[in-house]
Amino acid sequence: MARSFKGRSVVPGNCTAEALVSHGGFNTLASFQMAMMFGDKKVKCGDQNNPDLYKKPMKGKALCLPQTIGSTTGGMVLYTACATDNQPACLLFSMTIDSLAASGAILAANWTDAKMPVVDQLGDEFLSYVEDGMQITVAEDGTVTVE
Amino acid sequence: MAMQLTSEQQAMLDGAQGEVMAKVMRSLVMYGETFGAEKMVPVTSKYGHTVISFGIGVMKPVYDLYDQLIAAGALPKQQFSADPLPLDKNVPSNLLQDIIFKGIMYSQQKRYEEQLKKFGIMDGDAYTCACYLDEVGNRPQKGEVLSWAESSAVVYANSVLGARCNRNSGMIELMGSIAGCVPYFGLLTDDGRRADWVVEVRTEKRPEAQLLGSAVGMKVMEQVPYIKGLDRWLGTELNDENCAYLKDFGAATASNGAVGLYHIENLTPEAKEQGEGLIREGAKVYVIDDAELERVKAGYPCVWKDLGAKPKLCFIGCPHLTKGQLKDWTDKIEAALKKNGLEKVTVPTVMTAPPAIAREYANSWDGARLEKTGVILSYICPLMYMNNPLSGKMPVITCSNKLRTYTTARYYTEDEILGMITGGVR
Repeated sequence: MARSFKGRSVVPGNCTAEALVSHGGFNTLASFQMAMMFGDKKVKCGDQNNPDLYKKPMKGKALCLPQTIGSTTGGMVLYTACATDNQPACLLFSMTIDSLAASGAILAANWTDAKMPVVDQLGDEFLSYVEDGMQITVAEDGTVTVE
Repeated sequence: MAMQLTSEQQAMLDGAQGEVMAKVMRSLVMYGETFGAEKMVPVTSKYGHTVISFGIGVMKPVYDLYDQLIAAGALPKQQFSADPLPLDKNVPSNLLQDIIFKGIMYSQQKRYEEQLKKFGIMDGDAYTCACYLDEVGNRPQKGEVLSWAESSAVVYANSVLGARCNRNSGMIELMGSIAGCVPYFGLLTDDGRRADWVVEVRTEKRPEAQLLGSAVGMKVMEQVPYIKGLDRWLGTELNDENCAYLKDFGAATASNGAVGLYHIENLTPEAKEQGEGLIREGAKVYVIDDAELERVKAGYPCVWKDLGAKPKLCFIGCPHLTKGQLKDWTDKIEAALKKNGLEKVTVPTVMTAPPAIAREYANSWDGARLEKTGVILSYICPLMYMNNPLSGKMPVITCSNKLRTYTTARYYTEDEILGMITGGVR
């Protein structure tokens, strides 16, 4: 059964993708750096401290997370992922987006052609409900449908 | 709510200074509006600081964008320091690593350093994450508004110096310096600097700075902690030793979590001025005792293939060490080696410090003592050294919780590291 969650659209857009869920803070640098360094086409998560995502492919997934954490290179890393077409399909935050992820998403929206909708404030219940592999549909107004 | 811009800012947004400057301003406005900022405020610090000091090949889109900025004359209105350089010939590396470092990984380094000169890097000694140390000279005053990135520097500037800076990302921090203004939200505001957490330190000994910071960061994430009980171990004066402790503590809170500001009761400036008035009503409480620190440390994953491997390299100094810390390590290593009947460290060890400090120390009597122990002194960024497949497979040990978080380096406390590199403990 489909269930919808209403969030705030930070970078508006539409997409449909498979969910990939991090229940802990998403460390952008630690997650992307090895994949980008190796040219990993699936962009597998390299963050050993994130048991939910470690070694799982991130490219093209609907990345569901509370917030990002870690190095202030985070936004730059996210921007580069978008500029090289290695980004997740969308970023879906249960909490209010953090400043690093916001920077990366905004830089990507302004300076690249990548399409990566970003929705935040989806609530704790969203993150409790969504599981890896579920189908996610994101609407322009920040409505996220999970099925 | 749409942000209220001054006429000059609005003109910049509307393209009066060209399309590139308009995009710079649009990025800053969107950034501010995401967090409810109603206005921009001027950047008031003398210098900026950028987290990007490396010319990594895979980050080529960043340098391409920077070329656009330079070509359009969109340059920072202030000089700035930058994070540590990624390469130093004095740090041990084999032929293959040299080929990978210089030929492949940092293929954009020369290009980027030329860009930094055009943007206004302070000087050749300005490459350090600890830019606020006196020897570097980028030390903001209390209340100044910054457009910095580098998580450990931002948390230090906010917490220990009382400056005001959000946890900006790399690239956006440069755009703030270019526009000369930043959106007013978060840690720039009085309300954003109030504490969401009370952390009660109840340890029976002085807690290891980077372990305590890790525990706090993982618990409070991006929120502001007000820490009680640490003054029992540190006292109430921001002397050199305490500032070095807080540097390391803060780096761990920022990398293991996302802390941009902490208050230490009776020690940091705003906690001294406002006391518990900084704590929000209903703030959550986190009690840390010795058992909690042990629990946190035991939970660190280690991805070494052979958990019993003999360490091949040890890094001390992430973030960069102060002069006092170099002296302290020199004394301890020398004494431990003497006690164990040895002259040289038993694990190749690199200590990192800002270029000016490293150079001055290397030429001092204490520096000569350190050199005799076999320890290598460098200005490198250990994180950058580790971020490649060859180094990643090496069994590297460290007392930096930041380095542990981002790389395969294995964390040990300072005492454990001392034992391991001086032959006291395997």
